Amino acid sequence: MIPELGQFALILATVLSVLLGVFPLWGTLNRNTVWQSLARPTAFLQFALVLLSFACLATSFLSNDFSVKYVAEHSNSLLPKAYQFAAVWGGHEGSLLLWVLMLTGWTAAVALFSQSLPLNIVARVLGVLGLVSVGFMAFILITSNPFDRLFPIPADGRDLNPLLQDPGLVIHPPMLYMGYVGMSVAFAFAIAALISGRLDAAWARWSRPWTVIAWSFLTFGIGLGSWWAYYELGWGGWWFWDPVENASLMPWLVGTALIHSLMVTEKRGSFKAWTVLLAIAAFSLSLLGTFLVRSGVLTSVHAFATDPARGVFILCFLAVVVGASLTLFAWRAPAVTLGGSMGLVSRESFLLLNSVLLVVATGAVLLGTLYPLIIDALNLGKLSVGPPYFNLVFAPLMVPLLFVLVPGTVAHWREAKLNDMFMQLRWVGLAALLLAIGLPFVFGEWSAGTALGVFLGMWVALGSLQHVVERIRKPGRIGGSFWGMHLAHFGMAVLVLGITGVKSFEVEWDVRMSLGDTVSIAPYTFRLVDMVDVKGPNYKASQAHVEVLKNNKVVEVLYPEKRRYFSSAMPMTEAAIDSGFLRDLYVSLGDPIAGDTPSWSMRVYYKPFVPWLWAGVLMMVFGGVLAALDRRYRRRSVSPLQTAGEALSSAS
Amino acid sequence: MNKKFLIPLGLFAALVIFLAVGLTRDPREIPSPLVGKPAPDFSLPMLVGDKPFSPSDMKGKVWLFNVWATWCVACREEHPLLVEFSKQSRTPVVGLSYKEIQAQDQPNGPLKEAEKLQLARERSLRFLQRQGDPYTLSVLDLDGSVGINYGVYGVPETYLIDRQGVIRYKRVGPLTPQILQDTLLPLIQTLEAS
Repeated sequence: MIPELGQFALILATVLSVLLGVFPLWGTLNRNTVWQSLARPTAFLQFALVLLSFACLATSFLSNDFSVKYVAEHSNSLLPKAYQFAAVWGGHEGSLLLWVLMLTGWTAAVALFSQSLPLNIVARVLGVLGLVSVGFMAFILITSNPFDRLFPIPADGRDLNPLLQDPGLVIHPPMLYMGYVGMSVAFAFAIAALISGRLDAAWARWSRPWTVIAWSFLTFGIGLGSWWAYYELGWGGWWFWDPVENASLMPWLVGTALIHSLMVTEKRGSFKAWTVLLAIAAFSLSLLGTFLVRSGVLTSVHAFATDPARGVFILCFLAVVVGASLTLFAWRAPAVTLGGSMGLVSRESFLLLNSVLLVVATGAVLLGTLYPLIIDALNLGKLSVGPPYFNLVFAPLMVPLLFVLVPGTVAHWREAKLNDMFMQLRWVGLAALLLAIGLPFVFGEWSAGTALGVFLGMWVALGSLQHVVERIRKPGRIGGSFWGMHLAHFGMAVLVLGITGVKSFEVEWDVRMSLGDTVSIAPYTFRLVDMVDVKGPNYKASQAHVEVLKNNKVVEVLYPEKRRYFSSAMPMTEAAIDSGFLRDLYVSLGDPIAGDTPSWSMRVYYKPFVPWLWAGVLMMVFGGVLAALDRRYRRRSVSPLQTAGEALSSAS
Repeated sequence: MNKKFLIPLGLFAALVIFLAVGLTRDPREIPSPLVGKPAPDFSLPMLVGDKPFSPSDMKGKVWLFNVWATWCVACREEHPLLVEFSKQSRTPVVGLSYKEIQAQDQPNGPLKEAEKLQLARERSLRFLQRQGDPYTLSVLDLDGSVGINYGVYGVPETYLIDRQGVIRYKRVGPLTPQILQDTLLPLIQTLEAS
């Protein structure tokens, strides 16, 4: 009964999302406030029904109901309870249900926290979100129903993919989806503004906190995925330029451009059409990512079980949603006013540069990701695009981006004086330059690339610190958005320093070790002392005991494992990592090697500064949260005079 | 209407066209340089009996060469289709059990060659007894050396070899009823007719 209840709730929710997508929007056209005010309660009810549906699926998992096909395919009675719950989004159908749960959750949140917004704006935003929900719910019901029954009922389930049985993977998809789906709120605000023809500063102010929160989730989700790949895949890598990773990076890059562009629109009333286009692009790229992951058009380590019908559906959905949005854009945008003038050197011009660089970087990633598909479609052969392309194209775009970040934060609006900025930043620049020349020697060899990375990281870090110190000395309350901005920028600097450190100074030894063998990576010595068999709840594993010695003293013992899950023939690698402030010691266990004495292939890696990557990402996430919680976004109402003035100026 | 605001729509339309064409292609269909070339020769122990098998034994016949393994999940999915095919078609299917003995099967150090061969035979036979045996004959490739010569990319893989011993078709990944109907069977018919 429970799965049928879940199915029924989902169908009802779909009906409600159709109502939400039609009546409030219609109400704004014929000025029927009753229809408009339907939006909020419908949004809440829709969320409650999807939540019920999700709870039903979770109950089926936790009660080992293998008569449900999706449960039988992704769970097992031996699976620990926490993973049985996480298995709800361990496959295509359930992860889509999670997606829809979040979409309706964001919709309900907008309904709840939009008390200060005019009713017609709320009705339009919720209406657009309702239309997006219709698409996703229809996708589930038509092509990917998680509640389908299975007959005959299997005695036990096929188990969750062992790669996904990991705490990192339990929270990675929900966070990433929160980010992807959150971009739909920014999109809905943009479309609502386009429909109403009121692209003004008020619109930018309303959508900013939502966009920044979505961006924070996306950042966190991408960071978690990278962290998981680093310790779970056992290769010691943290970014592979895989199509699915790119699919999450592209909305992030455009989202980053969007949160900066929204600021210009709010403060100066400029870049309006550009900002709307970025909002549409960020959401479109989220949809494109969904299409790439679930249609099987590209080969990827992440690929879901694919089905042509799903690909066709998402492509049609993508074409309708994005096509309609861009048509609306082409129709409405020409009427948008240009806003305040800007000087050649001003905060606006730096932010414009930021936008352009990020969009070009997105284009480069998009081209690299889709190139194999385009070449195949043109019958020019088969090929794949790998990290060399992405590193070659991406890095040179990030260099100027990081460089203009610092002057961008100190420049005045409208018109800035180069001379003043030079005087303000000269000591920061000099210090960064000296550190770039000196620091690489301290950690190893000096190279131009390392020095450039250190310079950019230090330039951003010190620039942010100086700005914070100067601001604290001045009187007046400092808002959350100021702290958020600098925390996020500082996090970016930490991330850049981390990437520079690990790329420049990592040492990787792939070796064959017998018991008692040692490998030295100064100042550490790794010794394989024992190999034992251990047993987990649903797997057996070989576990190596590796002592780490420094100055002939044991400082740490690492226990990398090679796991064999009962349900799967594929062995899984559990790397053992000892993290310090400046480095990770990374050992992963490979296969036994045939020979007279038992020996194993081992990866013994010294990974400097890897913890800085995660620290940098976390700072960016918290920076985003701080900025979004700024008090000024929560003022009860917007001064009517101000909005009326803006409406007039945009109408004229 | 200002034309420059139509640029995003135009770019997007081009993208959708490429994606739509991409949907009709299978990225796993990798053109093999081996197609059109003679099948690499080898000599491997058979699953049953002591005689070795070599592709030259099949000269004059059109035959399928299927690379599989008991540890391969996709092979289990493909297996019923092969069994069905062997019942309905007279085209011989030669199976190659690929790297049956993995490192984790030798927890107490590497096994001797003879022990490996015996274990591989036991496991492969048990699998075929349970799941049905579609193979006219099967060979064992313990160290995967033949797999390297054939450029085995992922198990299962299927090759169609003609009377002259030339590879005419290669499929990476499990066969599907559709591939069998639309591609393999017509190809087998034309090859057998010639």
